[in-house]
Amino acid sequence: MPVQVLKDRNPSSVITVTLGASKEQGGTRTTTVKVGGASSLPFLHFEGEAPNRPVIAMEVVDRNPAEWNEEVRKPFEGVLDDPAAWAKKCVDECGADMIFLRLQSADPDLGNSSPEKCIATVKSVLSAVGVPLAVVGCGIDEVDNAVISAVAEACAGENLLLGFATQNNYNTIVAACMVHKHTVIAQSPLDINICKQLNIMITEMGLPPEKIIIDPSIGGLGYGLEYSYSIGERGRLGALQGDKMLSMPTLGTIGMEAWKAKEANVGADEFPGWGDQAERGILWEATTAAALLQSGLDILVMRHPEAIRIVKKNINELMTKNSL
Amino acid sequence: MEIIGERINGMFRDIREAIQTKDKKPVQDWAVRQTDNGAAWLDINTGAGAEDQMAAMKWLINTVQEAVDTPLSLDSTNYDIIEEGLKLCKRPALINSCHADRYKIERVFPMAVKYNAKVIGLAMSEESGIPKNAENRVALAMELVAAADEFGLPLEDLYIDPLILPVNVAQDHAVEAMETLRQVKLLSDPAPKTVVGLSNVSQRCQNRKIINRTMLVMLMACGLDSAIADACDDDLMEAAATARILMNREIYCDSYISLFKTRKY
Repeated sequence: MPVQVLKDRNPSSVITVTLGASKEQGGTRTTTVKVGGASSLPFLHFEGEAPNRPVIAMEVVDRNPAEWNEEVRKPFEGVLDDPAAWAKKCVDECGADMIFLRLQSADPDLGNSSPEKCIATVKSVLSAVGVPLAVVGCGIDEVDNAVISAVAEACAGENLLLGFATQNNYNTIVAACMVHKHTVIAQSPLDINICKQLNIMITEMGLPPEKIIIDPSIGGLGYGLEYSYSIGERGRLGALQGDKMLSMPTLGTIGMEAWKAKEANVGADEFPGWGDQAERGILWEATTAAALLQSGLDILVMRHPEAIRIVKKNINELMTKNSL
Repeated sequence: MEIIGERINGMFRDIREAIQTKDKKPVQDWAVRQTDNGAAWLDINTGAGAEDQMAAMKWLINTVQEAVDTPLSLDSTNYDIIEEGLKLCKRPALINSCHADRYKIERVFPMAVKYNAKVIGLAMSEESGIPKNAENRVALAMELVAAADEFGLPLEDLYIDPLILPVNVAQDHAVEAMETLRQVKLLSDPAPKTVVGLSNVSQRCQNRKIINRTMLVMLMACGLDSAIADACDDDLMEAAATARILMNREIYCDSYISLFKTRKY
């Protein structure tokens, strides 16, 4: 018996955002990335268009992250002290679509790097790779306002993706993005109402929606993944219904959250029933990514090359048009 | 919730005088004020007093379009005037209105299709007047829906008006209008849109504003999509925005009222 496929019609779509700027566009990138544009729930190709595939941004830190699990450090041995070489490895060997650079050393307790030093780091990464760059600070508002503003000015025109703008700290970074032609990450704490409110406040300052990426915050597998999923889904449904203040593409820090989980880190000696830790950690990251792809995540910030390989295969399969 | 601003109407003295003296300022001021406060449409009515209503309609349309690009609702019982008006509208307009009488439908619906306009269809006819109960209103609404299908007017472009009367003289009609709205939304898929002339409910009453906005939110809960109303009544606009949130039509955020006013639905 033939099956009748019920199709939803959506009046609107996710906004398309371009990251990075080529020479003609005022930057130095050899490739730029487009995200968003979908007019259906994720991967329902029979209901709408999905012109841009989800992309992988690989996380690079500007200090040797000793606290990272040995399994994640291993593939980057030899480059962990050199963000430019690390980024190059991500692009050349793992096919990263973007680099997500954390200027963690600006933290007074983790190196206290000056804005000038941070600028030099960003410039070195820009020289080493041709893909677009996301740059975020260390998480301390006062420090980040100084560092990210300085980076924005020094890299004017590059259309970096700069973060994070939050409900309590968005003026400085949004102004820097407006003046120096970058895109901002609007981060909300797993709260769809604050997510929307923050986008309103940012656009009221004059930054257009096409220059905003939403970071709704995520939880890894076992640590709030379901909340992240339902918030992503609600936001996407809002976008498809025409809510412009929820229509920006989304980003999630998959690697960071997945590798926080105890289950990704403890060895088989401690929990024999859990199996090999290396494989388990990689799967923890890949599974977190796979689940959130289904909630509509557009930019996946990831760490382990093997997890990325698995997720890229998953994306390839999901982006194949089906017979419906 | 689309609010159709009611203020550019020759029944108001300042507009009547503006038409007589060709003074653009009061008309354009009201066009801007209503638009800025969240009106999705601007109703244009020359009033019965204008000497040359055709000329007055054309002048009002051009005058308003010089000031704002808000789409217009052309409010007249003379369809020739509406047709001339439609030719001037820069954006698809709303025809206000058409009774459920066959000869009116045959004049209005093809005209709406030709000019890509939307139509307010009244759940009344010359023969029956305003029906006393919901059942007869729905029957007339059904005829309008069937006619839309017949003439190729998309159902989303048909706005059914269940008709509301002043509460001080026809208190039993409000609940019938509410029931009509509920049933109209079940008539077809997609359902037609719905509209009322809101301020009518409080004619010659004291406390007009509270009556208007209470009626609005009650009607919204029954399926109302739009209302010809006082777009400059802040309490009314805030009630409409809040009702949308409470009905889960969109995701809450602290700025939902200002968002409603800028987005206009």
